[in-house]
Amino acid sequence: MKLITAIIKPFKLDDVRESLSEIGIYGLTVTEVKGFGRQKGHTELYRGAEYVVDFLPKVKIETAVDDERLDDAVEAIIKAANTDKIGDGKIFVTNIEQTIRIRTGETGPDAL
Amino acid sequence: MLKTFLSIFFLSLFPLISFAADEPSINGANTAWILTSTALVLFMTLPGLALFYGGLVKSRNVLSILMQCFAIAGIASIFWLVVGYSLAFSGDGAFVGNFSKMMFNGVTEGSVSGDIPESLFALFQMTFAVITPALIIGGFAERIKFSSVLLFTILWLAFVYAPITHWVWGGGWLQEMGLLDFAGGTVVHITAGVAALVTAIMIGPRKSFVRGNTAPHNMTMTITGAGMLWVGWFGFNGGSALAANGDAAMAMLVTHISAATGAITWMCYEWKKYGKPTALGSVTGMVAGLGTITPASGFVGPAGALVIGFLAGVVCFNATLLIKQKFKIDDSLDVFPVHGVGGMLGTFLAGIFASTQLGLFSGQGFADGIESMGAQIGVQLVGIISTFIYTAIATYLIFKVVGMITNGVRVSDDEESQGLDLVDHNERGYEI
Repeated sequence: MKLITAIIKPFKLDDVRESLSEIGIYGLTVTEVKGFGRQKGHTELYRGAEYVVDFLPKVKIETAVDDERLDDAVEAIIKAANTDKIGDGKIFVTNIEQTIRIRTGETGPDAL
Repeated sequence: MLKTFLSIFFLSLFPLISFAADEPSINGANTAWILTSTALVLFMTLPGLALFYGGLVKSRNVLSILMQCFAIAGIASIFWLVVGYSLAFSGDGAFVGNFSKMMFNGVTEGSVSGDIPESLFALFQMTFAVITPALIIGGFAERIKFSSVLLFTILWLAFVYAPITHWVWGGGWLQEMGLLDFAGGTVVHITAGVAALVTAIMIGPRKSFVRGNTAPHNMTMTITGAGMLWVGWFGFNGGSALAANGDAAMAMLVTHISAATGAITWMCYEWKKYGKPTALGSVTGMVAGLGTITPASGFVGPAGALVIGFLAGVVCFNATLLIKQKFKIDDSLDVFPVHGVGGMLGTFLAGIFASTQLGLFSGQGFADGIESMGAQIGVQLVGIISTFIYTAIATYLIFKVVGMITNGVRVSDDEESQGLDLVDHNERGYEI
């Protein structure tokens, strides 16, 4: 089982969600985050005092998938989140040790 | 014949019967308007100024601002009752009143001030004594100890506000000299502005100021407060006519024009200089316009107000940049450049635009006994400079004393990072 963590531009959330449900992936956790990579921030001005806002709002999506579905899922996210501009984000794939469904106690891929 | 004589005789007795006792009379219309104005001025502080300032600080300090405004409203009111009103408005002293009206002694249901109840006049003035210290909190926001604010308010009202009120409105030396200050350019705005500047310098900058991230946390709150200030100011200046008449109407009109002009001027200036007009800039320009017209509001005409509002926008804008960027003084909510400089500018311009010789830009005339613009401006300058210097020195000494009594006026570094809401009040502004 693999955990896909994707940091994307906030306005792309709906597209990514749709794209994943089209290939049958329905479970997601979404967090609002701030960050930067290569994309530069912007400047705000309050009564003559300038503030450089380094951190840009992003959305973090986490979804756990079966090993076989990993490539499809990653491709679906990339297709939906890409705008060909700096700041589109990144995807991290990590290994999942164990998954348990709280209600029934099922474990492993059945719990995904 | 007898009937006619008797009728005339009894009719002629009427005046004697109706006015048996020689009591001073109350003008109902004037009283009604000043009752209303009093409410409007209190509204300026609660919640107008509270919200305006509250939105400008960090979210972890929002309650400290709201709390300080409410606490000052309470403390200043009690102080005014106990001794403030007396020190400001009693006696024949040139510099301060006496204690004859302590605890509002002699202020009864029937007492009269001019042609309104004295209790109302004293209450109207009370709301001014409330908003002036509330303005000052912008100078030391986000790093002051709450206990220091309370003690400072009491001492400052006693040694700065009450005496200067006496100088300008209570029969003191500036009033005798013919100073034109209709609604508090010197009494409220110069004093508050200078006090904020002095205390800001003494307490030192916020850590966030040094780091360069003092952005407001809630602009919608600030704009809401700004709207309340504009409306409330109609009572502040309009009510200072102490009558429901042409003077009040003109004062209200010129106040409004200056507010509108100040707002648009600052907005356009910022647009040109930095590329975008901002909400904060527009409302700050509005406040600058309002503060600047305040001393002149009873003496100038509408066209004069347009010029005053415009100059307020331009001068206060540059004063803000000077204090912040050039001198790097953390007068956190820009009290001095907006109210202090605005008050000084307006008091000066009152000397010009009161003139009846300016054609369309004429006003209602100089003070009694003053014949020329030069003479009036001279008096205005004396008022500005004396208020500035006295306030600066007295505020410095008072803040020093407060620091000794409250074991320092500033919270610790750690406490400043945590936020005053938790540290001073054990409360959160928001539960998200």
